[in-house]
Amino acid sequence: MSERLGRLAVFVLCLVPFALLLWQAVGGGLGPDPAKRIMLQTGEWSLRLLALTLLVSPLRQWSGKAWVMRLRRMLGLYAFFYACVHLLAFGHFYLGWSPAILVEELAERPYITVGFAAWLLLVPLAVTSTRNWQRRLRRNWQRLHRLIYPAAVLACLHLLWQARSDVGEALVYIVVVGLLLVWRLQRGWRRAAKV
Amino acid sequence: ALEYSATDQPLAADDSLTPYEHVSGYNNFYEFGTDKSDPARYADEMSVDPWAVDVGGLVNKPGTLHLEDILGSFDLEERVYRLRCVEAWSMVIPWVGFPLADLLKRFEPRSEARFVEFRTLYRPEEMRGTRSLTSIIDWPYREGLRLDEAMHPLTLMAVGLYGKTLPEQNGAPLRLVAPWKYGFKSIKSIVSIRLLDRQPETSWQELAPQEYGFYANVNPDVDHPRWSQKYERRLPSTLFNPNRIPTRMFNGYEEQVAGLYRGMDLRKLY
Repeated sequence: MSERLGRLAVFVLCLVPFALLLWQAVGGGLGPDPAKRIMLQTGEWSLRLLALTLLVSPLRQWSGKAWVMRLRRMLGLYAFFYACVHLLAFGHFYLGWSPAILVEELAERPYITVGFAAWLLLVPLAVTSTRNWQRRLRRNWQRLHRLIYPAAVLACLHLLWQARSDVGEALVYIVVVGLLLVWRLQRGWRRAAKV
Repeated sequence: ALEYSATDQPLAADDSLTPYEHVSGYNNFYEFGTDKSDPARYADEMSVDPWAVDVGGLVNKPGTLHLEDILGSFDLEERVYRLRCVEAWSMVIPWVGFPLADLLKRFEPRSEARFVEFRTLYRPEEMRGTRSLTSIIDWPYREGLRLDEAMHPLTLMAVGLYGKTLPEQNGAPLRLVAPWKYGFKSIKSIVSIRLLDRQPETSWQELAPQEYGFYANVNPDVDHPRWSQKYERRLPSTLFNPNRIPTRMFNGYEEQVAGLYRGMDLRKLY
C-alpha cells in the first residue's frame, strides 16, 4: 500500500512542472515571450527526468531497495512526455506548423537535428515500455533500452550547442549524465572481469 | 520626466507599441545575468549617477561628457523604432534621445576617422553577471559602427523610453539605438566612445565570428548558423497568438539605410 502511495506521489510530482507551465502559459504568467520559457522548461525537465531515470539503477545498488526499480518506467515515460511537449512547442512557436521550415531546420541546424535524434531514440523506448513488450523482447528489451545512453548524450549536446555566452548550465547536466554513464561503464568492466 | 519634442517618425500600420512592462522587464544585458528577467531584477545595483562618457580617439576636441551634459545639452526627441533581437524576437519602443551625429560633431571627428568604438561600463562589484565563472565574454562589452552608420539620422543616443528616464536594465543613462541592426549592436550604458581609422573588435564578433558579424544588419536572407532569421516573434507573444511575423530587410528601414551598403555582399559582410 505504501509503495503504491509512493508511486502516486512521484507521478503527481512529475506532473507539477507541466501543470505550472500550462497554468502560466494560459494566464500570461510566462512574460512577453512564452515560447522561450516553454522551450527551456520542457527541455530541461526532459533532461532532468532522463538523468533521474539513469539514476535508478545505481540507487537500487547503493540502497539495496528493489522498489526504486519500479519507478524507472514512469520516470522514463515522463522524460519522453516532456520531450514531446518540447517538440510540440517548437512546432507551434518556431515553425508555425510549416513542414517546409521543419525540413530546413533539421537540415541546416545541427543542434536541432541532434535534439530531434534524441527524441527519436526515445520513441521505441516509450512504445516498448510495457510489461507485455518486456516479456516479448526478453533479453533484447534490455539491449534496446540502452538507447537511453545515446539519447541522454545527444540531449546534453543539444543543450550545450545552444549556449551563447555561458556554458555553466550545460556543464552541470554534462557532469551529471557523464557520472551516471561512467558508473555503468565501470560496472560493465567489473562484470566482464569476473567472467 | 524628460522634455522632448514629439515623434516625426511615421509608424507602419501594424506596429503597435510593446507595453512598458515588457520593454523594461524582458532584456538582454549579460552584465546582470543571462536570463531575460535578470537585468530588471539586478540592474539597479549599478549606480548611474555620477556618470561620465570619455570621447576620444581621432577627434580634434577629445573630452568627457557628464550626466548633466548628456541629459541637458542635446535636443531630445521621441523616436518610435522597431527593435529586432538576433534571437528572433522583436519589440516596438518609443525611445527618447538625440542623434548620435549631434554628439560626435561636438567633438569634431578628424578626416581619418572611419569607425566608432563604444564600451559599456565594467564594474564587477555592481554587475553580478560579470562575476559568473562560466561566462565566456571578455568584459567590458564592446561594439562599433562605421562612421557613416554612426552619422546616419536614424542612429540614436537614447536617454529615455516612454517619456521617462531610461531604466538601468535598458542601458541607463545613455545607450545606442541602431534600429536596422540586431539588438546587440545597440550597446548599453556607454562609458567610452572612440573614433578609429580601423574596424574595432566587438564582443560578440570576438566570441563567435561565424555567428555575429560586425555589421549585424537585420537580414531575413542570412540565417544565424543556429537558427532562422526569416521570422520573428513580435512581443508580447502568447500561447494562443504566437505573433510570428516575417522579418523585413534592414528591419523595415531599407529605404533609409540601404544606400550605406551599396555594392557590398551582405551575405559575406553579415
